[in-house]
Amino acid sequence: MSRVFVSLDTSALALGAERVAQAIAAEAKQRGAAVEIVRNGSRGLFWLEPLVEVEAGGQRLAYGPVAPRDVASLFEAGFLAGGAHALALGPTQDIAYLARQERLTFARVGLTDPLSLDDYRAHGGWRGLENALALAPAAIVREVTDSGLRGRGGAAFPAGTKWETVRGAGAKQKYIVCNADEGDSGTFSDRMLMEGDPFCLIEGMAIAGLAVGATQGYIYLRSEYPQAARILAAAIAKAREAGWLGADVGGSGRAFDIELRLGAGAYICGEETALLESLEGRRGIVRAKPPLPALAGLFGRPTAVNNVMTLAAVPLILERGAAYYRDYGMGRSRGTLPFQLAGNIRHGGLVEKAFGVTLNELLHDFGGGTLSGRPIRAVQVGGPLGAWIPPAQFDVPLDYERYGEIGAMLGHGGIVVFDDGVDMLRMARHAMEFCAEESCGKCTPCRIGSTRGVEVLDRVAANRDREAQLALLDSLCDTLLHGSACALGGMTPYPVLSALRHFPEDFGIGSQDHAP
Amino acid sequence: MSASSPRPPDAPDARIAALAQAHAALPGALLPLLHAIQDEFRCIPDEAVPLIAAALNLSRAEVHGVIGFYRHFRSHAPGRHVVQICRAEACQAVGALEIEAHARRALGCGFHATSADGSVTLEPVYCLGNCACGPSLRVDDEIVGRVDARRFDELLAELRSAP
Repeated sequence: MSRVFVSLDTSALALGAERVAQAIAAEAKQRGAAVEIVRNGSRGLFWLEPLVEVEAGGQRLAYGPVAPRDVASLFEAGFLAGGAHALALGPTQDIAYLARQERLTFARVGLTDPLSLDDYRAHGGWRGLENALALAPAAIVREVTDSGLRGRGGAAFPAGTKWETVRGAGAKQKYIVCNADEGDSGTFSDRMLMEGDPFCLIEGMAIAGLAVGATQGYIYLRSEYPQAARILAAAIAKAREAGWLGADVGGSGRAFDIELRLGAGAYICGEETALLESLEGRRGIVRAKPPLPALAGLFGRPTAVNNVMTLAAVPLILERGAAYYRDYGMGRSRGTLPFQLAGNIRHGGLVEKAFGVTLNELLHDFGGGTLSGRPIRAVQVGGPLGAWIPPAQFDVPLDYERYGEIGAMLGHGGIVVFDDGVDMLRMARHAMEFCAEESCGKCTPCRIGSTRGVEVLDRVAANRDREAQLALLDSLCDTLLHGSACALGGMTPYPVLSALRHFPEDFGIGSQDHAP
Repeated sequence: MSASSPRPPDAPDARIAALAQAHAALPGALLPLLHAIQDEFRCIPDEAVPLIAAALNLSRAEVHGVIGFYRHFRSHAPGRHVVQICRAEACQAVGALEIEAHARRALGCGFHATSADGSVTLEPVYCLGNCACGPSLRVDDEIVGRVDARRFDELLAELRSAP
């Protein structure tokens, strides 16, 4: 029996992986070849998807990108035994893009069958949870604190500190809420992990529950991810059936369960208090802080709200110890960040690296430059609220503090590449338009200011009283920055002002004339 | 695909009331209930609002406010298929706005509208998580990547000939 791997990841499917899997099954049947097709997660080498792997000679060999019409010739070439073919890429793990990564959180993604408990166990699964079950809650929290893990959703708040607050809160009912509302353009690491290694998230949430004393977890998943929803629902059911969730987690006598909830197309619900409102059945309107959700969160109870990537990093920390994770990274940014190369990029995909890597390395050594073959002009790091980075800053290490120093942010690690055809005034306008579209309406700067921002930029584009309009834009951004209730209004000035600062010529002014 | 599931034959009020009752004990039940109703009826019909409000002990205004707040929920059934075009930055970097313009021409309608033959409702979406393989579309429950005008026309022809 030959084992063939074809991904069930959304991006692989979006490029035709389903038809490739069907073609392989049909061809195998016709030839009488005994083939088991495993639907794995994606390796994250999206320019090679649909990627087909075979197990031969004790290793995984890759072919890609495979179209249904290539399947007959792959069989002709004896690909089941690793035969030579124009699409052959050699051993998957030796592909430079993968070999040069530091895959901690994504160690299993693409390697295993996401819904196989045996596969998960065989690749180190549940060991972190088993270790946690032998520890006192405070000791679990200390391990996470010592690892240096910070919130991967974008705010980079120390995860251990948040957990310690929830642990110390006196309440009978506490909650773990996983923020899987991955709405930033250019980000897909949460999606890839949920589709490619869902038990890892479940294990991380169970450990979080033990650490803070919560017995119920919710995953708030955006409705734009139908494939992740199907896989997560199946994984939760399997984990419960196997006793890793429920009244007796891993035979410990301690309870933790997870319910999957779907969002409904509101970007603002990625903001943690709006998310909690939505989970409670209301409009996603942000809450004032304090009280912190850690003390009064879901249904008024102490709640740890963590991003998918944060929770998925936890099993490894509990398995290998805090020092193992902390030894990656630089400064106060410890561990790895799964970066996502997106937009106009030749080799787009997932690159998990320790903090400290630069855009030059990611965009050129990994990404291979633009898809269009044109020069890179601007890169947006950290989603729609992240700053635009010009090539002159591509050598700044990707580290929370270093990016803060240049008026930028890492956010969730999304990197969106534009070539020299981009109009940065139009992108600044888009940032304001997006803010207006997604504003929850709670605070005036965001609700009204974003619409005024679109109008101001339209007048700049039309060269109507440009200098005065740019002064007005500065003032408006200042109000948004300091007067908004949450990061949506508060950070929309980042892409707007960075576009203006680095690309003033697109706004009709010389670079020396305007320095906000 | 949800969009091709048949509309239940009769007594939607009774069915909605049953769904509402089945969800009533769930903490924060409103969104799960709205999803369940829309999955079955392809929209949240106006007549559902008082039934939901009664079952969950909410005012009709609260229910209406939630339906209106979230882009996913709709009060009227869409065309036979729903096509969402990603308008977010990563897809813009590889030509999403050109696809949007092409789609408007090909369908003869804009966003939040349905083509004259009733086959396709066009909607904007901000990110489908397929950002390394854009421009991206969602056709009912499937994501399609690397869409150009020719690919869009092929998809459209398939949708128009499908039931």
